[in-house]
Amino acid sequence: MEARPQQLHHRDHRPGPRALTDAAVAEAADAAAHEAEGLDIARLRHVRPRYYGRWAAVALILAFVVFIVVSFARGNIDWGTSGEFLFWPTIMYGLLNTIWISIASMALGIVLGVLCAVGRGSPNPVLRGVAMFYAWFFRGTPVILQLLIWFNLALVFPRLGIHGLWQIRTVDVITPVFAALVGLGLNEGAYISEIVRSGLLAVDRGQYEAAKSIGMSYTQALWRIIMPQAMRVVIPPLGNEFIGLLKTSSLASIIGFSDLLRNVQDIYYNSGKVIELLMIAGFWYLVVVSVATVGQAGLERRFGRGHAPGARR
Amino acid sequence: MSKPLVAALKVGKSYGGHAALADVTLDVAAGEVVCIIGPSGSGKTTFLRCVNQLERIDAGALWVDGELTGYRLVGGALHPLGESEIARQRRVTGMVFQRFNLFPHMTALQNVVEGPVQVLKRTMPEAKAEAMRLLDRVGLSHKAGAYPAELSGGQQQRVAIARSLAMAPKLMLFDEPTSALDAELVGEVLKVMRDLAASGMTMLVVTHELAFAREVGHRVVFMDEGRIVEIGTPAEIMNTPQETRTRHFLRTVLTREA
Repeated sequence: MEARPQQLHHRDHRPGPRALTDAAVAEAADAAAHEAEGLDIARLRHVRPRYYGRWAAVALILAFVVFIVVSFARGNIDWGTSGEFLFWPTIMYGLLNTIWISIASMALGIVLGVLCAVGRGSPNPVLRGVAMFYAWFFRGTPVILQLLIWFNLALVFPRLGIHGLWQIRTVDVITPVFAALVGLGLNEGAYISEIVRSGLLAVDRGQYEAAKSIGMSYTQALWRIIMPQAMRVVIPPLGNEFIGLLKTSSLASIIGFSDLLRNVQDIYYNSGKVIELLMIAGFWYLVVVSVATVGQAGLERRFGRGHAPGARR
Repeated sequence: MSKPLVAALKVGKSYGGHAALADVTLDVAAGEVVCIIGPSGSGKTTFLRCVNQLERIDAGALWVDGELTGYRLVGGALHPLGESEIARQRRVTGMVFQRFNLFPHMTALQNVVEGPVQVLKRTMPEAKAEAMRLLDRVGLSHKAGAYPAELSGGQQQRVAIARSLAMAPKLMLFDEPTSALDAELVGEVLKVMRDLAASGMTMLVVTHELAFAREVGHRVVFMDEGRIVEIGTPAEIMNTPQETRTRHFLRTVLTREA
């Protein structure tokens, strides 16, 4: 580097070419220097980078994990009780309820969300208005409040049906299961509508035109051409919603729905083994979420057809 | 002379006060190849999109295959047609886009089969056999199972042509079909179009390929600022243009090409 001729700086004041010249000169000087030392630059050994920082980080993390594990093992937790209740029938029943209410309200939410998203994109102003109101209303109130209102619907409508023709007592219809399903599903649909809408917007306008040009109706274009492409964009956030819902469904325990958390609580109210049973709930939620994550990856592959992984346009 | 396949009478289209098309009157006879040239923003593409009703005209009238497009004449007024009627009218025409617009989630074969199966309600085996014949015609039967992302631009455009042909259109519209292609891929698409013209297909081609227009076109239309400036045989338009604007355009394009 020191061999660089200084006068070049004064000869030329344009930054571009001068920089180039500088680099070229420096390189030539470097090569010359190495040659003088008897080094052949083309034959030198390539040294692998050593990541000392990473090793240090791993050591720190391991130490922290050991600390946490030891704390929980020595803490005031009777792990024997946890093991005993892990597959307890009441807990299995709650787990099953958590899973099916999540799947069912997700399904309801997807149907409502897709309809609402399509409505938002409709040329019909009435449809657009209804769809916007739905999303505004259900995203605007806490889901726990919606669950409570559904469950207490009998206070507003003591009877459902058509007066004089056919009627039924509201309390007979709106069971905790029904209120949980409708409450969670309607709320989920409002959020999913935004996700689906973003997916629809992500599809190139040329795709609608190509679909129309082969004689497809708007509905055909939507279901055959646009939706499958939107799905690719929509699956990751939908998977996120479902994982969220698996846990949000625990809110339904306050209206008496026997989900995992509710049943765990029922047991510790009797036995007093609070933390032992909460550990079980945490374990099962993690198991279910892990399975859902694997399922999401599968769906992403299925709808990623025609797109090379990583090389997304 | 028989009834023209496309008849445009004083067609106009404006976007918020800006006239994209004005007073466009043009007949295209069955079997004819008409090439539309002109500077960008001259309304060539807009006119093509009006013929296929991707745009709704707001002045004049347009007949395709003897049928008034987009409107029904009732009691001395034009009433807009419903969506399904427009979809039905569109089936007479096929359209090839500048950016191909293949369906990326479907293979080449699935792209070609989609229209016949979903719209014409053909059976799958029947549609597949026809699709393979069409892919063979554009020289791509060996790529039937490939997704668009695995095909070159020229191959994608040839699949797009096969997809349009699968609907058995009477009229093919080409919207700058080679403009998005690398130079070395233009030839394969033009060859397919040349073969199509030779087979007697009626074609309306918006293009910058003057050599193609000269060789394949029966007539050339020069458009500028939303209007038709000049219509004539390729030789008339390119060798002895009557209008200054045509001469100016040709000079600009030809000096650039040379």
